[in-house]
Amino acid sequence: MMDSPPTLLDFSQSKVNKDLTNADKIEFYRQMVRIRRFEQTALKFYNGGKMGGFLHLYIGQESVAVGTISLCGDNDHVITAYRCHGHALTVGMEMDPCMAECYGKATGSAKGKGGSMHLFDPSRNFWGGHGIVGGQTPLGLGLAYAVKYKNLQGCCLCYMGDGAVNQGAFHESLNIAALFKIPVVYIIENNGYSMGTSQERSSAFKDCLAQRAEAYDMDWDLVNGEDLYEVRAKTHIAIERARKESKPTVLEIATYRYYGHSVADANAKKYRTPDEIEKYKTYHDPIRLWRRRLIDEAVFTDVEADAIDKEAKQAAVASAKFADESPAPTIESIFDDVYWETDNNTEASQIGRHFFND
Amino acid sequence: MREILYRHAIREALDEELTRDENVVVMGEEVAQYNGAYKVTEGLWEKWGDKRIVDTPISEAGFIGMGVGASMLGIRPVMELMFWSFHSVAFDQLVNNAANVRYMSGGLCNCPIVMRGPANGGTNVGATHSHTPEGLFAAFPGLKVCSPATPADVKGLMKTAIRDNDPVYVMENTLLYGTSGPVPDPADGDHLVPLGKADIKREGSDVSLIAHGRSVLRALEAAETLQSEHGINAEVVDLRSIRPLDQQAIIDSVMKTNRAVLVDESKPFCGVSAQITTLIQEHAFDHLDAPVKRVCSLDAPAIYSPHIEDEQLPTPGRIIEKVLSIA
Repeated sequence: MMDSPPTLLDFSQSKVNKDLTNADKIEFYRQMVRIRRFEQTALKFYNGGKMGGFLHLYIGQESVAVGTISLCGDNDHVITAYRCHGHALTVGMEMDPCMAECYGKATGSAKGKGGSMHLFDPSRNFWGGHGIVGGQTPLGLGLAYAVKYKNLQGCCLCYMGDGAVNQGAFHESLNIAALFKIPVVYIIENNGYSMGTSQERSSAFKDCLAQRAEAYDMDWDLVNGEDLYEVRAKTHIAIERARKESKPTVLEIATYRYYGHSVADANAKKYRTPDEIEKYKTYHDPIRLWRRRLIDEAVFTDVEADAIDKEAKQAAVASAKFADESPAPTIESIFDDVYWETDNNTEASQIGRHFFND
Repeated sequence: MREILYRHAIREALDEELTRDENVVVMGEEVAQYNGAYKVTEGLWEKWGDKRIVDTPISEAGFIGMGVGASMLGIRPVMELMFWSFHSVAFDQLVNNAANVRYMSGGLCNCPIVMRGPANGGTNVGATHSHTPEGLFAAFPGLKVCSPATPADVKGLMKTAIRDNDPVYVMENTLLYGTSGPVPDPADGDHLVPLGKADIKREGSDVSLIAHGRSVLRALEAAETLQSEHGINAEVVDLRSIRPLDQQAIIDSVMKTNRAVLVDESKPFCGVSAQITTLIQEHAFDHLDAPVKRVCSLDAPAIYSPHIEDEQLPTPGRIIEKVLSIA
């Protein structure tokens, strides 16, 4: 992280960015702003006691989800860990079911069964939302395995935090990915802290975390996450490698979260200085940088940007109202979604006892 | 009817399902080129090739998680655990992901996967290789668990498990792989055994021996001795499937015999037999003429010593002793 305004390499002229229309660029802005406004609203009502459990905020990291997912096509899949609101909204999930899920309401995307950490939408190739650090890394491998098995040209973007790189399941996945030539792109969203432990205090590494891929003879790259153009340019190379050569990549995208590990992180302001957070907000905020860039490029005006922001804010507030007014799940619904066979009342589900409450 | 080995019955089930559904993939350590650590998959790689029969590195968390992920996209992986005992290194994938992903997604994800392998003691391989986790996994809603005792049952249940749209964990037994029994000829049609359906392996009137897996064979041995030496006519109920569970068959048998001895190779504390016991006391209390008794593995980690390991498992001798204590 730098203390002054960054001098960014210019990735705007990369092929994948040169092809962007003004509408595309504005859409990325809109998506990032929607994530931020959604989460600010969620935070307000979490603190107001409307939600249970954890709330892991993505604020500060928006360019990663928006930049990478913007490259996805029909046969590309997305899976991530518990800091999943940004990915969910970027794949196209509506705010209402996402907010209602955080509220634990029956109208939530998972009917109130998953909560903030477990947003899913397989119809948009989005496979969660997973609570155990690193636990999703073999699943991402499997999604990509299935794409390859079906002879489709696609990949899986599997996201994780920098804390997940020290989980065994991740290393097992890297070995299998390289060995079997699985079209998976592992994206380490490196926000510098695995909960309250800094990267320096949690990981042994030479130059960076992604470099560990070398041990598996796998390609890797480092990305400055504050620049949407760079995120897209470098991720595109990895995605094309997966789609066309069926080879995996590890990307490490440098980013930063403004809030604690979760809102319940009691030490959020102790393991790093307020100054560090302020500097990031001032000089490296991905939304602020993108907005400035688009104004410089005359893609939109301040007035138009403000209108997008206002619209996002209103949508977020409306989603909280929707969530608040939605019904809670019923006690009976506890037994739905446990088994496919019982949900579908199949012949098999009629044989033997599946639930044991007495 | 023709007789085939238990291991060949599994292989036949896999082969038939590989033929029926192009999304079925067999995966695990040494399942392909090595022909299976226990020769269950012998010949399948030669027949089906690299795409359908996949050797994995020794990375249970990695490859089982991969199978779970692939199943969410419609692949039907049949994963071999060389020993079910190795579940512990893949527990997060087996439970947090396979059992819960449907629920946590509000029913949006499916996980039609089969995990199979041997889960038994009695082969002098020590505590880490002798776990019997059928009760452990059956305790997680979202999972299905079965433990077949005969070649016909293992074939029929394996085929059903592969076709089932939920995760099914099939617990086999290395000591059964070499046993043989009648299995219907494939030419006579698909041989399927439903999950959740017990089988009365021996009709009787005086006491119900309720068992699963290899303990069924031990119970049958004991029943013959009880008949010939003590004039006690024992009924042997083979659960076959732990979850879903054929509670009706258990209760029907107990209502007929009024006595129950549960034979369960897992440990007594919170084992399968503990669950069956509570169901019997809840649903057949008035029909019991004696307390429900259990014969489980002796309550310590599995001992290595070939001299006495068999005695730690439920033996016909201990079953007979228990029956005589309430008969």
